[in-house]
Amino acid sequence: MDTATTITGFVALYIFMLAAFTGYEIIGRVPSILHTPLMSGSNFVHGIVVVGALYALLNATTLPEQIIGFFGVLLGAGNAAGGYVVTERMLQMFKASDKKKA
Amino acid sequence: MNFHPQILIDASYLLAAFLFIYGLKRMSSPVTARSGIVVAGWGMLIAVLASFLYVFSVEEAAKPHLVVNVVLAAVALLLGLGWAWRSGKKVEMTAMPQMVALYNGMGGGAAAAIAAVELLKPSAEYTLIPLVVTIIGALIGGISLSGSMIAWAKLDGRINGTWRIKGQQALNGVVFLATLALGLFIAFAEHGHAPVILTAAFFVGALIFGVLMTMPIGGADMPVVISLFNAFTGLAVGFEGFVLQNPALMIAGMVVGSAGTLLTLLMAKAMNRSVANVIFSNFGAAGDEQQGEIKGSMKPVDAGDAGINMRYASKVIIAPGYGLAVAQAQHKLYEFVKLLQDAGVEVKFAIHPVAGRMPGHMNVLLAEAGVPYDIIYDMEDINGEFKEADVAIVIGANDTVNPAARTNKSSPIYGMPILNVDQAKQVYVVKRGQGKGYSGVENELFFADNTNMVYGDAQKVMVAMTQAVKSLDGGGH
Repeated sequence: MDTATTITGFVALYIFMLAAFTGYEIIGRVPSILHTPLMSGSNFVHGIVVVGALYALLNATTLPEQIIGFFGVLLGAGNAAGGYVVTERMLQMFKASDKKKA
Repeated sequence: MNFHPQILIDASYLLAAFLFIYGLKRMSSPVTARSGIVVAGWGMLIAVLASFLYVFSVEEAAKPHLVVNVVLAAVALLLGLGWAWRSGKKVEMTAMPQMVALYNGMGGGAAAAIAAVELLKPSAEYTLIPLVVTIIGALIGGISLSGSMIAWAKLDGRINGTWRIKGQQALNGVVFLATLALGLFIAFAEHGHAPVILTAAFFVGALIFGVLMTMPIGGADMPVVISLFNAFTGLAVGFEGFVLQNPALMIAGMVVGSAGTLLTLLMAKAMNRSVANVIFSNFGAAGDEQQGEIKGSMKPVDAGDAGINMRYASKVIIAPGYGLAVAQAQHKLYEFVKLLQDAGVEVKFAIHPVAGRMPGHMNVLLAEAGVPYDIIYDMEDINGEFKEADVAIVIGANDTVNPAARTNKSSPIYGMPILNVDQAKQVYVVKRGQGKGYSGVENELFFADNTNMVYGDAQKVMVAMTQAVKSLDGGGH
């Protein structure tokens, strides 16, 4: 397909390098009070793996591929949804003094 | 112009990657944190919906299976989402670390599953670099899956104790190297078309190593390990993203890989350990360390008396530990704190970096009870203030307030930064009984002249203190 991009070795390394710096910078400045929600939040972000699992399953051609792909999507969806729910639950509890509970 | 679903897919992934990073950025301040996860959530939703556009561009060989595959995908998505949503809504805040471990393991498993599907394709033509990356991603993902499951089971109390045998590290090393060698053999010698039995053996090896690596690690160290596995899963996702030529997976995976690594180092540092030390040493096994002579005696005091004393103090600092959460006493504690505040007492919370089960866990538990985050202080910010405090009250904490960490070189916790509660004019320690902390070290703070012990269940103690102060002020109002 003419619109498909191909990510070859060095382009991949650039992406990985910049992403690694981004992650480092984001966490490096976080107060430790947010470490637990942030670990949970980053756990949610790698739930994007479900997208890759969907791709693998949709392109499956044999029964073993379908079975493994099915579990891949199942696990990935669990990672994303679970990570989202627990992170959201934790973060919504953080309140400042002046903001009295509505 | 033809309809190019790939453009839509690519655009959605770009948007998702942006929303993830922007969301994580917002999550790094307590003021905007809530909106951060919502922003990242939209990114996820867009990416997942866009992925269904793949149905327009599946490989020729997969076309006859498309309907079945789409149905399978929808069912798997709904099952995974439904189960995780329910379990995530139900879980207690104290059980949060093991829940994160569980979800994290699932992500690692998904990454390994992607690799397995790629390796099983009979017709695929592999080039060496993507193949090696697939193998490494699969190895890391598999370790993260089984290791996280063990971490979850341990923190959840389903596996008790540690499992140690002689020569364990040698065994672990052999298993790891054998698995890695098998993976590289599949890549270099078989060019990805190894017999299924070899590929299966490779995945089983990765899973076994994850179990072996995690079993000897004690429960108290588990948060560091969970954080490490979080970083592992991120890397595995990033690598499989490269194999699938999916930049969203590459970016999200690598951001988490590096952020998780940093977080792991910060946690280990807060515990005064190196990551290698957490993974390879058997901390807490040797309980009979040399003890320094401890002078003085433990002096019990009535909870009501302690409460009234705090009512007349001008500054009180509270040092909570996991014992507070175990006793579910956060709400009663905050009730008592509000009473003190109404009486004009300045109250602050001092949080040790490893209070709770992992860094920041105690903040979550206090937030659950409604304690505003701006009276909660990190250790570095408040340690200088204990000198001016009339009362420091320690609830369910032990090692994090043990002065032996400053003075006793033979102590296993020597060098660990601690809260300077012993510098307050009066120290109260609320404790169930006379036991030791997880390090097994006796706490000289409990024997100090300015320390009094309040024995009892933390919740009952808080109620007793509250009642004593209320009955005191009752006539005046």
